[in-house]
Amino acid sequence: MEFNIYDFTSFTKWIDESLNAAMSPFWVMITEMAIIGVAILAFYALVGLFLVYAERKVCAFMQNRVGPNRVGPFGIFQTIADLLKLLMKELVYIKNADKLLFNIAPFIVITASFLAIAAIPFARGLHAIDFNIGIFYVVAVSSLGVIGILLAGWSSNSKYSLIGAMRSGAQIVSYELSVGLSLITMVVLAGSMQLSTIVEAQANGWFIFTGHVPAVIAFVIFLIASTAETNRGPFDLAEAESELTAGFHTEYSGIRFAFFFLAEYMNMFIVASIAATVFWGGWMPFHVPGWEGFNTVMDYIPPFIWYIGKTAVIIFILMLFKWTFPRLRIDQLLTLEWKYLLPINLFNVVLMAFIVLMGWHW
Amino acid sequence: MEAILGNQVMFILFSAMIVMFSILTVTSRRILRAATFLLFVLLSTAGLYFMLNYQFLAAVQITLYAGGIVVLIIFSILLTSHIDHKFDRVPAQKLIMGVIAAGSGIALSLTTLLTYNFVPANQEPISVDMNTIGKSLLNYGDHGFVLPFEVISVLLLAAIVAAVVIAKRKKI
Repeated sequence: MEFNIYDFTSFTKWIDESLNAAMSPFWVMITEMAIIGVAILAFYALVGLFLVYAERKVCAFMQNRVGPNRVGPFGIFQTIADLLKLLMKELVYIKNADKLLFNIAPFIVITASFLAIAAIPFARGLHAIDFNIGIFYVVAVSSLGVIGILLAGWSSNSKYSLIGAMRSGAQIVSYELSVGLSLITMVVLAGSMQLSTIVEAQANGWFIFTGHVPAVIAFVIFLIASTAETNRGPFDLAEAESELTAGFHTEYSGIRFAFFFLAEYMNMFIVASIAATVFWGGWMPFHVPGWEGFNTVMDYIPPFIWYIGKTAVIIFILMLFKWTFPRLRIDQLLTLEWKYLLPINLFNVVLMAFIVLMGWHW
Repeated sequence: MEAILGNQVMFILFSAMIVMFSILTVTSRRILRAATFLLFVLLSTAGLYFMLNYQFLAAVQITLYAGGIVVLIIFSILLTSHIDHKFDRVPAQKLIMGVIAAGSGIALSLTTLLTYNFVPANQEPISVDMNTIGKSLLNYGDHGFVLPFEVISVLLLAAIVAAVVIAKRKKI
């Protein structure tokens, strides 16, 4: 077995072969599914914990505070303490709620983000499922999350929850269009929906550089629309704490509330991963055609570090959004989507198709 | 042999889920629960498409039916129905007639399926990627679908116009 940090293909192949030598194909499949499931679950939990910590630190940075600083060095164990607290909290049952839907709703939200994370390429050869419709798959499964939010809002039998869920539904359904169309713009440029092909196609320059103006427009629109789709500020009117206490998850407590909370942060991570993959080349190092020495130096940085670095930068931008802009009203939100983003987006797709047909992209 | 076993296990799992949740959808007396069960039926169907390696159709199923139509249904329930609302029990006569209708439908399709002599395909499984789908969707030759594609766009236009007319009615 050769473990290569630049290319995981041989490593995963080695696992597959040694499992095949040990047991029958049926059990190999089961074991591999279990391994991938556990690995992604662990990654999910770790990233979730870290993002909550990062959010607090970034918020503190923006507001000229210190942020969590007591539990562990620089407060890095604060979120673990919070998690333990949430695990031990009582699960409050609502007397007149629809119990079945009330219990199912957090799982639908978290399953949707879990399905999406499986299709993300983390590094060369570190990619759980590589569909030939990769981007479409991610858009499709992430659209399931809204169902969990709507169910949570309705089944809580609370006015605040219901209003939060209605706002969230209108918002997510509208902004899904912009997310999809800005990704389609990039699919036109890449000529493929397969995420691995898209990453490989950016070996000689990331799409945000090679796609000229329409790629930049698509990137900006994707950032705005995906912030709205993940219910984050300035588009957080689904849970607007000053108006609706906590919106759709007002009535949730303990670990069920933690599920919503975790899913929200993981959705942000998925969105940032997709943005990094489609616009900034995913795990592909920064290459400039012709600069051989520079490209070789860049290749020394492992792909996984590139991927995490790009995702972290985009997450930082999304967090800056939240702590910079005031919350929008629902009519402003819908006006922004239907009167500005959508027409710009449609024009942008045509522009991109024109550039690709003329062969102006490199 | 064992790969087939794995496939069969998954197929039985998905079809059992489809049957179970379909029955729950029509028997549930709370409307939002029925919608949720319908969502599970549609997701299990998407699972079957994934098993057939036809990921495009599976993703379309999830986007259109689960992410689109079920969201629309849930949204309209949210606007119109109260949580305490429950449907009345179905009268015995209607129940019996319904069971008979469903049972005869099952019997008819089962006899057709079981008596038909299916020939196992010895073709290599073809991978359907986006390029193939896009080209045949806009192709007017053999295996081209440009005419249905355009006809459906006319239907969508009619639906949009109808929606605008219904929404505007009061102001006229």
